[in-house]
Amino acid sequence: MRDKNLGEIRAIIARHKLWDLIFMIVGIFALMIAVLTFMALFAHMLIDGLPRLSWDFFTSFPSRRPGSAGILSAWVGTTLVMLVTAAAAVPMGIGAGIYLEEYASKNIITEIIEINVTNLAGVPSIIYGLLALSLFVHQFGFGQSILSAGLALALLILPVVIVATREAIRAIPVVIREGAYALGATKWQTVSDHLLPYSAAGILTGVIIGLARAIGETAPIITIGALTFIAFLPPSPVKAEFPFVSFEWLMAPFTVMPIQMFNWVSRPEEAFQINAAAAGLVLVVMTLAMNAIAIYLRYRMRKNLKW
Amino acid sequence: MVENLAGENSTVDAPHAQYKSEVRNLSFYYGAFSALKNVNMMLHEKKVTALIGPSGCGKSTFLRCFNRMHDLYPGNRYVGEIILHPDNINILSRDVDPIEVRMRISMVFQKPNPFPKSIYENVAYGLRVRGVRQRAVLDEKVEEALRGAALWDEAKDRLNQPAYNLSGGQQQRLCIARALATDPEILLFDEPTSALDPIATASIEELITDLKDKVTILIVTHNMQQAARVSDYTAYMYLGEIIEFDVTDTIFIKPKNKQTEDYITGRFG
Amino acid sequence: MTQPKRLGYSYRRHLGERFIEALLFLMAFVSVAITIAIVAMLVKESIVFFEHVSLWEFFTDTEWTPLFDNAHYGILPLISGTVVSSSVALLVAIPLGTITAIYLSEFAPFAVREMAKPFLELLGGVPTVVYGYFALLFVTPLLQKIFPELPGFSLLSAGLVMGIMIIPYVSSMAEDAMRAVPMHLREGSYAMGATRFQTAIRVVMPGAFSGIAAAYILGISRAVGETMVVAIAAGMQPNLTWNPMEPAATITAYIVQVSLGDLPHGSIGYQTIFAAGLTLLLLTLIFNIIGHVLRKRYREVY
Repeated sequence: MRDKNLGEIRAIIARHKLWDLIFMIVGIFALMIAVLTFMALFAHMLIDGLPRLSWDFFTSFPSRRPGSAGILSAWVGTTLVMLVTAAAAVPMGIGAGIYLEEYASKNIITEIIEINVTNLAGVPSIIYGLLALSLFVHQFGFGQSILSAGLALALLILPVVIVATREAIRAIPVVIREGAYALGATKWQTVSDHLLPYSAAGILTGVIIGLARAIGETAPIITIGALTFIAFLPPSPVKAEFPFVSFEWLMAPFTVMPIQMFNWVSRPEEAFQINAAAAGLVLVVMTLAMNAIAIYLRYRMRKNLKW
Repeated sequence: MVENLAGENSTVDAPHAQYKSEVRNLSFYYGAFSALKNVNMMLHEKKVTALIGPSGCGKSTFLRCFNRMHDLYPGNRYVGEIILHPDNINILSRDVDPIEVRMRISMVFQKPNPFPKSIYENVAYGLRVRGVRQRAVLDEKVEEALRGAALWDEAKDRLNQPAYNLSGGQQQRLCIARALATDPEILLFDEPTSALDPIATASIEELITDLKDKVTILIVTHNMQQAARVSDYTAYMYLGEIIEFDVTDTIFIKPKNKQTEDYITGRFG
Repeated sequence: MTQPKRLGYSYRRHLGERFIEALLFLMAFVSVAITIAIVAMLVKESIVFFEHVSLWEFFTDTEWTPLFDNAHYGILPLISGTVVSSSVALLVAIPLGTITAIYLSEFAPFAVREMAKPFLELLGGVPTVVYGYFALLFVTPLLQKIFPELPGFSLLSAGLVMGIMIIPYVSSMAEDAMRAVPMHLREGSYAMGATRFQTAIRVVMPGAFSGIAAAYILGISRAVGETMVVAIAAGMQPNLTWNPMEPAATITAYIVQVSLGDLPHGSIGYQTIFAAGLTLLLLTLIFNIIGHVLRKRYREVY
């Protein structure tokens, strides 16, 4: 510092500090753009769609007359598709996660699986739609059914569940495993008695985030050729006579919330676009609620972490 | 700059001319925890002062007060003064910019922490931060600093290679070069050899001894032999207080305080 | 008192364990099976397509009109639509995402970060069809006030909304990468008298290069593969153009358009969407490989 006098240094610092300040403002501005856009989106839908939300809207089938159209078949369809998705993706994803984290030895096959899971997460969702169209709809003959759609979305969210499971299990310290083994537990006993229960909250978070994503997915469902005008409900899964349950609904044609919304958005009549806003509002509230639950769960988990 | 040194403060400073810095009634708090309690000490100009004491005694905390590193984290609070001569300013004052302090007082960390850049860019970093852009000036300063850190011969042919290619000891010397490149007035060392092997440690110690002709040095070490080997003055700290501060030979041969003696002779604890 | 059991090798226990391990392995292998199925299916259907259409025509013809009587099978119009809409999106998402990441990682007070992170995550969860609605019915009319000649469908409007949609992905991954830069590097920089901005630009960003590059790559592949926003707001008419002010179809929008109709299984029109899908998969694959190479080359070891 002997070659520069203090005044010069102070001038440099002042200039640099100005940059700090400028960047601070730019940073807040950048952050606000994403936030404000969402606010605008939500407000726009709220203003257009809220007056349309009524009991009738939830209990009516779609109709050619915008005023009496509703989302009954859409939300029932979404619920049933999610049942299939969860039933397929959750056990498969957790199983794969456990294998990769606890069982897999370091070899080429493990590495291929790991790279593969990462890559699958980057495959565009519409590609899963094409896979389902070719494989489930035509090859397996499931048709344009709830089963095809549910499986397509299950494949889509599989990486999310696998990654969440692995992270949750990895967070459990080695001493827990060693403690279990020291008591004579087998590997599977260690997994099922200790690792799975202790990581349940983390896995649940991943499952919810995955399902929230699946609920909003439109492209793969369009691709399998789901009809957009469905004015009936799938057969009920519960029956009056033996064996009381039925799986006929799996093969039924269906529509889901985002498809219904897409259908209404693409109509030129403004009245249908108001329906779209109302459906969008329901959809956004549903996905946001699910994501918020997941984020809250994770927050709680971090706070209560015992180790 | 010489005129500045001999300027208006010269009369005030006269009694302390040999001191580079004085610490007056310094206390430091992490939130409610008091890590330093009423510390008083001085740094002699162009001498090596060592801080020794058991882990957790506050030596690193004390060292990091000198370049206001604690300002980086919320909830930290300084009470008291560290006066920097010849300007006679309290560097802990709210009016003093921590960035200015850090431009004048450099630091070498416990673990070598080169930036993920080339060797050359690591050394030039401090100059670039100060807005130096001329290649000739940078080249000259980088070479001077690397020579000063006894790294020039090993590094001159690979200045553009990543700093991570260097060995641990070389990385630490690179960090010293980085700190030297800006001609600091004080150089702070925070246990600079604790992550190094004995041979690398010896070379760093030799370097510290050479450097004191140019710069005032404050070094934290957990290794008493190291303090005895490199320092001119030594302070023994315990539980956030300075128990004894004196010429190194006195501390190690005839400590006045019983606690210091116990620690020096290994009867501590 | 029961007799203590003899210690020994239990075949039943051993077999049970092996069975479970095999089952879990199969579950893990499903992901590989999915990849194989995707590639096999796309290639199988595309081969049939390329028996009708030469690769030369596919890559050089400037018209894509498979559903017309006078059918042309040039992928270029779909590629141009994809490139233009993605470029607009990235011009929005990369700078804003990076700045947001730097701000959150290096500048924002703890409380702001704690609030903003979950909020950004929530934004990432909004269904894309909703963003499509927003682009068509809010952003396009807004843009038409600035550019009165802008048509009702445009790549610009779709790209802008897509870009804002992608910001949370880019920023959260880039921020994670920056936060992974160890504190002692930052301290090293601050100790040299650097300001926050200098530390962020000169030390943290280079240190987090691989992660930031990965965030960009993820953003690109999301933009290229995004479907609903472009299908709704950019129109679905193939149009060889590099002008964002025009309507055009992307690869994904074309697949949607065909799927909305009722093409018989096995017809050439049906196979076109697989050829388009294969192109899309290869495009995203290229980005993934570039990302991988970048990461390998610049990976820093702390």
